[in-house]
Amino acid sequence: MRSTSDRFPENAARALGDPTLRAALSRLQQDTRVGRPAILDRLPEFNAIRDAASDIRTHGLDHLDVHLEIFERNVQENGGHVHWCRTGDDACAAIHEICRARGAKLIVKGKSMVSEEIALNDYLLAQDLEVVETDLGEYILQLRGETPSHVVMPAIHLTQDGVSQTFRDHHDDLDAGRDLDEARNLTDEARDKLRGKFLAADIGITGANFLVAETGTAVIVTNEGNGDLTQTLPPVHIVLASIEKIIPTITDALSLIRVLARSATGQEITCYTTFATGPRRDGDLDGPEEFHVVLLDNGRADLLGGEFRDILRCIRCGACQSVCPVYGAIGGHAYGWVYGGPIGAVLTPAFIGLEGARDLPEASSLCGACADVCPVKIPIPDLLRRWRRRSHGQKLSPPRARWGLALWAWFASRPELYRPAARIAMAILHWAGGRQGRLHRLPFARGWTVSRDFPAPEGGTFMDQWRAK
Amino acid sequence: MTTARDDILNRIRRANGGIDRKNAPTSHPVPARALGDHAVLVGRFIDMAREAAAGISRVNHRSDIPMAISAFLAAENLAGEIRISPDPRLETLPWESAPDLSVSAGRARADDPVSVTPAFAGIAETGTLMVHSGPDTPNTLHFLPETHIALLSTEAIVGGYEDAWARLRARFERLPRSVTLITGPSRSSDIERKVQIGVHGPRRLHIVLIDGEEI
Repeated sequence: MRSTSDRFPENAARALGDPTLRAALSRLQQDTRVGRPAILDRLPEFNAIRDAASDIRTHGLDHLDVHLEIFERNVQENGGHVHWCRTGDDACAAIHEICRARGAKLIVKGKSMVSEEIALNDYLLAQDLEVVETDLGEYILQLRGETPSHVVMPAIHLTQDGVSQTFRDHHDDLDAGRDLDEARNLTDEARDKLRGKFLAADIGITGANFLVAETGTAVIVTNEGNGDLTQTLPPVHIVLASIEKIIPTITDALSLIRVLARSATGQEITCYTTFATGPRRDGDLDGPEEFHVVLLDNGRADLLGGEFRDILRCIRCGACQSVCPVYGAIGGHAYGWVYGGPIGAVLTPAFIGLEGARDLPEASSLCGACADVCPVKIPIPDLLRRWRRRSHGQKLSPPRARWGLALWAWFASRPELYRPAARIAMAILHWAGGRQGRLHRLPFARGWTVSRDFPAPEGGTFMDQWRAK
Repeated sequence: MTTARDDILNRIRRANGGIDRKNAPTSHPVPARALGDHAVLVGRFIDMAREAAAGISRVNHRSDIPMAISAFLAAENLAGEIRISPDPRLETLPWESAPDLSVSAGRARADDPVSVTPAFAGIAETGTLMVHSGPDTPNTLHFLPETHIALLSTEAIVGGYEDAWARLRARFERLPRSVTLITGPSRSSDIERKVQIGVHGPRRLHIVLIDGEEI
């Protein structure tokens, strides 16, 4: 996917001025505020399980090489194939080769963020293959030529009216006067449209929420049942997953499942959690004849060796996005690449380079809500700070910000100058604030005062007050 | 030339070389609601399954199953055309006791409206069924028809997910190709977060619970 992360300020400004988007996003924030405490009330052990979930992921990453080898052996022993891919292009080519060998024409897909990361659909469409997204949200987005704006609620940026219009535009074989005013009708129409695709498909591609080393199993969690039809009906099932999805045991998967849906959608568990191990067996009447796992690195092995290692624990629940006040105001697309919100602000610079994404780690008040909700305890604000430090060190931040900080640092490390200067500045601001105690305009701080007043100091520096105590 | 596999594994080993590797976690906490005596767990399973929008009928004997299915389909105004798992336990049920049912066995076909399958276990923690694939239990029956009727013995109700997996390991030497935890009928909230029951998978999930007797 081409990135527009380098135009984040323009993207964000446009998103803020879009009333439809604001209305669509307000529902998510509302639901998250109500839903999350309710789910925690019902599971008093949540925090203990969350600690375990974090340890499971850490242990998995610490021994990733061993678990990958065990996983590969178990997939092969069950009659499946493992394809190791360094880059997104390698993974696209590996998948294309599997399709070519089968003479495939039609591919159905379950929701997969990794496939977005490697722009798989574009690749396959360019090879004259028909690729159909089957998750309701992803299907809507495919018709609209858009990308998901949230990792588990891909179409959260749309309103129902927008979806109705999309269906009218694209399903032009249906009666133009049909009633599409209810979400029910839209859901039924999508079901009808996709049923034939599931039955006719030559290949089913899904992602994986986890890959279990001890059994060679791909775990896929869905609500709609599309993931299960995708991996059961076509003669070939391809699992596309990145290497860090590996966990050691089934028991580990069960602990992670207890925190995944609760963090993602506020459900206790999703409707379907499927553990798939290899192709159809002797005597089976259904199930895929071929089972492939395409293992993608795409820079993750290198990420493992650096200061952003913790981000690889992520299980893509999207809780950090749902809870983030910045994401809630601008949505996922403004971030300009595959992953929006706090997780995207950490991942995007790692994947596309800090030069093209340096605004993303700045787009946070570091309020810490993301770290509070993360089911695997990723210290997201710390990771954002690390990117900021790098950005400053590589002189990618605006010169004015760097000079300003340098000037402040020069003063701050000289208390004999800093304290009187602070006292003088305070007195001036206090006087300028007048009886209202507010400043409507402030030199060098237009970014603040353009939309709100700056509160004037009450008088007396912190050091003065401290000494008076 | 190094293969992609070796290159990836080598880079992982290099990255993990200098770190203090964590051991496997010593405990996997299980929620209190997954614990309790059997009667409590049966009650909890029923409550949680209903909350997940699954329906429940209870029968005392396996011979009552056909009538329970017939009554459910009539109440839902559905035709009595059912596709059952080619499982001897299902094929030997007294289907003649429910003459309005027309029964065939096999994998699900595109137009089969109703499937009837055994469930391997019921999990009280979240009202979840465990089903698996196999020659007697084709997987398509769990996902393709609009209505899925699952037969579950109260003896197969356990507390937590781990307990269901323990039963599965005790029953099968080799893990079945596909194991699914099913909680209620399929659903989506992709359009304005409004929950719609019934998307690509079944629109209805009905559980026939057999008290104290195997299916």
